Amino acid sequence: MLGWGVEFLRAEMNRLLALLFHQGVLDEQFLQLQQLQDESSPNFVSEVITIYFHESEKLLRNLRLLLMERELSDYKKMEIHLNQMMGSSSSIGAKRVRNVCVAFRAASEQNNHAGCLRALELLEHEYCYLKNKLHELFQIEQQRALASVVRYPARHN
Amino acid sequence: MPKSQFLGVFLNGEVTALVVDDHKVSQIIHHQLLNFFGIKNHVVGNRKEAIEIPYSGKKFDLILMDRDMPVLNGIEATKKLRDMGVRSTIAGVSSHSISEERQEFFEAGLDDCHEKPLTAAKLLSVVSKIKSKA
Repeated sequence: MLGWGVEFLRAEMNRLLALLFHQGVLDEQFLQLQQLQDESSPNFVSEVITIYFHESEKLLRNLRLLLMERELSDYKKMEIHLNQMMGSSSSIGAKRVRNVCVAFRAASEQNNHAGCLRALELLEHEYCYLKNKLHELFQIEQQRALASVVRYPARHN
Repeated sequence: MPKSQFLGVFLNGEVTALVVDDHKVSQIIHHQLLNFFGIKNHVVGNRKEAIEIPYSGKKFDLILMDRDMPVLNGIEATKKLRDMGVRSTIAGVSSHSISEERQEFFEAGLDDCHEKPLTAAKLLSVVSKIKSKA
């Protein structure tokens, strides 16, 4: 029974990962991150992702504030924030978020306020979806890790 | 994959690296990636710290230089390090590459340049350019 639970959870993780890859939400860079996790840093992926969430939410808040300035938006500052978000998103394999950042940056380079607003809304949406799915993934991983350390006595027929 | 053994044979000795990046996500990933390959590394969060390193007497075979940093950007920091006589292999890392900026980065004294994400394959390509220690 327990073995089935662990295997079931592993299959669930793989199914969710496959879906995220298929949707283009994640790319192979996420797999590279997983490969960097080992016994000496067993929580590496979740630690990096947690920092990514923290940094991204700060950047999204700053971008929203910059775009709310009615008089003149500071496009240079926007580009700095976007570069950071692009860099960290591509470093964790968040492909769709990164692609929206690229489009947002293009609108910013053209001083296109309406385009930037649309891009920001899309970015917030993509980021939200990514965050929810990664939380789901980590929850399954935690359940799997928990299930695999619990031991049951051997059954006799 | 045999980690440090692979690079140990390839490089014939210990390799050290300095990561210059002010973004936590990149710092952690690059640090871990270098560890994975058995490359002892030190991380600094800004260019100012990076250009003070030569004065401390520390030497690194490789410097991973983020281009997009405020105050003293990667291009200026690279130029400063070269002017100070630093001969380490310097590889630029950026989140967005435009050919003019890339050109300017190389002219500042880079040996190699890559767009993020810095993958294992890109790092291996950088490591292959490490000059022998002075």
